[in-house]
Order: sequence, then C-alpha cells, then structure tokens
Amino acid sequence: MEDLFNLFHGFAVIFSWYNLGMMAIGLILGVIVGVLPGLGGPNGVAILLPLTFTMNPTSAIVMLSCIYWGSLFAGAITSILFNIPGESHSVATTFDGYPLAQQGRAGEALTASFTGSFVGAFFSVVLITFLAPLVAKFALKFGPPEFFAVYFLSFASFIGTGRDPFKTMITLMIGFGLAQIGMDSVSGQLRLTFGSSELLRGIDFLIAVIGLFGLGEILLSMEEGLKFEGKEAKINVKVVWHTWKKLPQYWATLLRSSAIGAWMGITPGGATSASFMGYGIAKRFSKNSHKFGTGKLEGVLAPETAAHASGCAALLPMMALGIPGSATAAVLLGGLMIWGLQPGPLLFIEQKDFVWGLIASMYLSNIVGLIIVLTTVPLFAAILRIPFSIIAPVIVVVCAIGAYSVNNAMFNIWAMLVFGVIGYIFKKLDYPLAPLVLALVLGDRAEVAFRQAILGSQGAMSIFFSNMLVSGIMTFGLLMLFWPAITLGWSKIRGTEPPEGRKTD
Amino acid sequence: MEQKQTQDRPHSIWLTYYAIEAITAVIIFLVGLVMMLDGYRIGMGWAFDGPESGYFPFRTGAILCISSVVVFLRTLFGKHRNYNLFVSWDRFKRVLYVLIPAVFYVLFTQFIGMYVASAVFIGGFMRAMGKFSWLKIILISVSISAALFWMFEIQFKVSLPKGPLESLLGY
Repeated sequence: MEDLFNLFHGFAVIFSWYNLGMMAIGLILGVIVGVLPGLGGPNGVAILLPLTFTMNPTSAIVMLSCIYWGSLFAGAITSILFNIPGESHSVATTFDGYPLAQQGRAGEALTASFTGSFVGAFFSVVLITFLAPLVAKFALKFGPPEFFAVYFLSFASFIGTGRDPFKTMITLMIGFGLAQIGMDSVSGQLRLTFGSSELLRGIDFLIAVIGLFGLGEILLSMEEGLKFEGKEAKINVKVVWHTWKKLPQYWATLLRSSAIGAWMGITPGGATSASFMGYGIAKRFSKNSHKFGTGKLEGVLAPETAAHASGCAALLPMMALGIPGSATAAVLLGGLMIWGLQPGPLLFIEQKDFVWGLIASMYLSNIVGLIIVLTTVPLFAAILRIPFSIIAPVIVVVCAIGAYSVNNAMFNIWAMLVFGVIGYIFKKLDYPLAPLVLALVLGDRAEVAFRQAILGSQGAMSIFFSNMLVSGIMTFGLLMLFWPAITLGWSKIRGTEPPEGRKTD
Repeated sequence: MEQKQTQDRPHSIWLTYYAIEAITAVIIFLVGLVMMLDGYRIGMGWAFDGPESGYFPFRTGAILCISSVVVFLRTLFGKHRNYNLFVSWDRFKRVLYVLIPAVFYVLFTQFIGMYVASAVFIGGFMRAMGKFSWLKIILISVSISAALFWMFEIQFKVSLPKGPLESLLGY
C-alpha cells in the first residue's frame, strides 16, 4: 500500500511541463539514436549525459531513461523494414519481421512489435514497483562482504551466460583495469598512470562507451558497406486496430516472453539473450512452429516483448542494489554518481522523489512512447534513407563532441578514437563489450567493497562465507563462474557435444 | 567444410581470423603483464591497513594473462582453425576512409576549433564518398555545424574547442 502511495507521489513529481517535455525529447532522440547505425542505447545515453550535468537529477534520469526506451522501440523499425537489426537485441525480430514486410504486412509487424514491447515493459515496471522496494529494504542489511558478493555474482553471471567464458573474462578484466587507472580511492596511490598527467583523472567510462559502441560500430558499418533498401512503412489506424484485435490470442506468448525478459534483465543476461530465448520458447510452444521464420506475427511479438521487458527490468537491480543489469543501465548508473547521488539501497529512503519519479515516468513514457512510434514510424524510416556518406561523418562528429564534453579535454577524443578501433576489432573477434562497460563502472565500488570486507576479517577470505546470506550469494556466484566448465564436463561424461552457449549483449 | 575453408585461404596468413585472434591475444597478454608489473611495483600484498593498492591490479593482470594464453593456445592449436579472411583489403580501405580522416579531424580540432573542423570533415566526406555537388556540400555541412553550435554553445552552455573563426565572431 505504501508503494502505491509512493507511486502516486512519483506521478506528482513528473507531471510538470518541463519533465513531460524532457520525456518526449528523450523518446524521440532515443528512436533516432536507435534507428541510426553506430548509435544505440548505451552510447546515445553516454553522449547526452554531459548535457545533463547541470539539470536536476529527476529530470535528467527521465530524459536519459526515455532515450533508452526509445532505442528499444527503434530496434524493431530497422529489423522489420530493412532487415538490418539496429540493435543486437532486435536480431531475432528480423526472422519473422522482414518476411512480413516482404509480404506487404510491415504495418502489422510494426504494430505487433511495438505493442509487444509495451506489454513487456509494462510487466517489468509493475514488477519494479513492487519488488524493487523490497529488494532495497533487504539490501539495507548488506555490509561490504554482501555487496562484494552481489558484485561478484553479477560479474560471474556474464561468464555463466556468455558464449565464450575466456573472452568474457578478458573483457571483464580489461574493464577492471581501466577502472583502476588513476588515483586509488582508498590509499591515494597512483595506479597505471605511467607518469602521464592525462591519465591521472582516470578513463571515464563514458569515453569508453562512446568509442567502443559508437565509433566501433561506424567502422564496422563502413566495412560492411551498408546500403539501406527498405520496405515502405504503411501504418494507419485501421492496421493498428486490425492487429490489436489479433493480439489477445497470443496472451500466452506475451506472458512467457515478459517473464523471460524480466528474469534476464534482473540477472545481467541482457536483452539480446532474452530476445533469442523469447523467440525460441515461443517457437517451441507454438502450434505451428514450422511456420516460424516465414512471417508469423508471434515470431515478432515474442522477441520484442522479451527484449523490452529485459531492458526495463535491468533498472531494478540498478535502483535497488546499485548494480546495473545491462550496458545502458550501467551508463545510467554512472549518471547517478555524476549527479551526486549514491547508488544503492539507500536511494529508496533518501531520494524518494528521484526513485519514484523514475518509476512513474517508466509507466508514462512507455505509453507515450507507444503512441509516438506508432504515429511517426514513416518519419523515422526516412532517416535511414539519408545517404550513409552524410550520416557516418555526422555520427563521428557527435561521438567526438560527446567524448570532449565529458570533462573538456582533447585527450578524451584521442582516447575515444583508440576505443573505437578496439571496439571494431573486438566486435569482429566476438569479444563481448557489455561486461567491459559493467566492470569499468562498478570496478571501483567492487574493489572498495572487497577491501573493506577483507580488512574487517584481517585478511581471511572466510568473511565471504561467514553467514547464510553472503555464503549463499557467493556459492551462486561461483556456480555461475564455473558453469561453462560444469556443462562441458557434463557433456563429456554423457559423450555429447556441449550445447551452444547463449549470447550476451 | 574443410575444403571450402582451404579454398578461401588467402595469400597472406597474417590477415586470417586466427592470426588476428592470436595477435590480439598476445597484445592482451602484454597488457596483463604491464598491469601485474605496475601492481607489483606499488605493492600487491597485505599491509597493516589492509590490501595494498596493487592488490587488485596485480590479480586482474594475472587473470588477463591466463585467459589470453588460453585464447592464444585455443586459436593456434584448437580443432577448428579459422582460415577465413579477417577483412579483405577492399573492405578495410572503407574502414580507413573513416578512420584516417577522423584522426586528422581530431588533430585539426585543436587548431581551427571543433565547429569549423566538423564542417570540413563532413563536407570532405560527402565529396569523397557521396559525390555530392559543392552547393549541397556547403549547405549541409555548414548548417550541421551551425546547428551544433546553437545546441551546445547557446542552449546547453557547453563550451567546445573554438578557433580563429569563432573569436572573429566574438565567441
């Protein structure tokens, strides 16, 4: 009951013209960012974050989270109309979305995917409303050992759910390494700076995100020589109504995908694996699963619902524990620290306006977002018809400005270029980038939690197994860490090929 | 499958997936080594006030080294060596078309300011890649720069590097 009261308070906070305006700007920017190659959720938020330094935190988070929702909606547009997944979580949407567009049913496919996204998001927001305060209350009892255990669990789950455990381990460790550059926050000792005064400040995660995801993606798109030849997006009230009438029969798919997405979002499995799982499970349960891939509405609904549910749910651990469930959530968490808020369970007590304003804005922005995308799809599809020879340099310029404005340093732009090249190579070699961002954002906090915990026990590792709670989380984390080895060993015993691991974004 | 891969084998083995993978692993190993050395330099053990500053970096570096060795060995001696071309010269040329001008763009930003450099960069790109007419190029590139100026300098009061042109205009 108290939660509902808080939620109404949240609505009261965001119902101002200013905040609603920020919401609309965020959503539209988010869709544009999601449609453009080379820009997506994480770097779209990262580039605009410096512009919010002076805003009040609630308005800032409303705008930035709306960019995130917008980019989630947008993934479907490029997948369905152009057969090019604008974001990695919309790969599964192309399987049935593009065939539908080829049959001239693009309007139906778009309506279904947007509505599915909305349902998934709504499911997750309701979950957040009631679960997040409980988790936060529970987490208030956490000390340093428990926090380190939770960090450990979230890092380990990347390895447990990733495709290649060693490459995931490498990108995680590179993220930690980057986080360590600069001054050690405990002792004041300089680390990994090699006498350079530019490195004193450390490497800001925003620069890494802009370079790895933004410039890296542009280099990759250039190499592939993208040519956008898309289908027409015809969408009108009749098509929308016609599609909506069909949707209730897919209630089971919607529910299953929402649940999968919410779970994958809370544990850092990511929207990409959620969308693939949503698609796979819908196919398995469907009566006409052999028709999947030829243009089934269900095949569009399932992955989009799961992706959006997971994207939304990724904010639950971010708010309640200070641990983001996705790369974009990691960037938002970084924003929290920049605006001077301390992420963690105390947010729910000390920053009620902020937390409940954000939750209320999630309800509202998904409704507004649905209306915006349904009415303006042809406009956004037109963006993709702008020649790549204009879009590519503009995106490079935007990335450079974004990197510079993090703390007004030319060095940042150079660093961004280097990260771009690294991003290009890593993407081609299948190194996952999300773990790097998460480790870079959380590295300092994880290290401090570890050092405080182990200081309390005078160096004995047994502190991480000292009570039921912390040893439970640690055991689960270790299980995730060794999961690839366990499945490999199991399949060796059974004499079968190891199953293909899931992909994280 | 095996035969197809051998057919695709390019002339230079340095540009195959497995070669690039192996080189990347070696570089990552060196990065890990540097981290370990730096961690060792500032103390990687236990002091009277808890773990020393190098405690984490040293271990992070060590895990990086071990993982990269695994990737390296797996790439070279694994069952499925990937002989596919990492990137063909034609395709890589397109990457360089962005990368090299981008380096010059950043370089020139320091001297002529971000807005002028951006206009030149966008315009040059449109000319080289898109073969647009000069009128269109000037119109589009200048108006993008002007829009950026309006948004950053005037709306959000974010100051970007400026050069002689801006100081001429009084900024």
